[in-house]
Amino acid sequence: MPEISLNILDVAENSTRAKATLVEISIIADRTADRLTVVIEDNGCGMTPEQVSQVTDPFFTTRTTRKVGLGIPFYKYAAESTGGSFSIQSQVGEGTRVTAVFGLSHIDRMPLGDISSTIHTLILYHPETDFVYTYQVDGNGFTLDTRELKEILGDVPFTEPEVSQYILDFLIENKNEADQGAVI
Amino acid sequence: MKSLAELKAIRERMQNQVGIRAEDHNHIRVVVGMATCGIAAGARPVLNTLAKEVQDRGLTDKVAVTQTGCIGLCQYEPIVEVTAPGEPKVTYIKMTPEKAVEVVNRHLVGGHVVDEYTLGAADIR
Repeated sequence: MPEISLNILDVAENSTRAKATLVEISIIADRTADRLTVVIEDNGCGMTPEQVSQVTDPFFTTRTTRKVGLGIPFYKYAAESTGGSFSIQSQVGEGTRVTAVFGLSHIDRMPLGDISSTIHTLILYHPETDFVYTYQVDGNGFTLDTRELKEILGDVPFTEPEVSQYILDFLIENKNEADQGAVI
Repeated sequence: MKSLAELKAIRERMQNQVGIRAEDHNHIRVVVGMATCGIAAGARPVLNTLAKEVQDRGLTDKVAVTQTGCIGLCQYEPIVEVTAPGEPKVTYIKMTPEKAVEVVNRHLVGGHVVDEYTLGAADIR
């Protein structure tokens, strides 16, 4: 995976497959502490303690088509190789929280990448799932809650071209404002 | 800060125009694999390009672009499957945004399978 935003897409896709109705994604960059913290939290089916302990093992997967599962091991390695940390908290029937902390200025940290595209893709292709997305750089940022969008839109779907474009523009413009020229 | 007020205006314009676009059996289904393998190989821009081309060319009444998990052929990702009503499924492999535009033009609009990008054309040993 060349970008952190693709890892986020991968993990959040797992949340939707775990039948989550709400997925909260927060990306907090703190340049003073030199940290980038990414939290993906869902209210999906959750995992047993046994599954949680196995999930970072590349040779563990719940899938039956193949014997390996690389999504979480990739992500964990990406965080830990920057002097950061990685953890998963999960409870069956409650949900799962995946936390990755990166060393912001570490030479091995992948760029965040096109996060707006990741969030846009998630929102458009999972209309039944609600997303709360928070993006912050040094305390400046924004939150997008798709429940608010749905309240405004009523029966107009996200896939309606004008709406889809609006959502993408909203994500990009507000991110640019939060970044203030910084490249995360 | 971009606000939600604009969205209200869009909704007011749209209100009377939607509700007629429910998916039916006459749709061409375009499915993109979006598991770890697909995402790592570049499926996100392929999916977004397909969706944008279908919108820009006014094909949304005819074509539904969706996503799925691992198709099981990870070495050939990004994979795009096209199923037209009454036709056998076509599996495009190792897709890029450029190839996706070509598939929209030649297959979804023109009705001709782009043979050279299909799984069937791959040299499998």
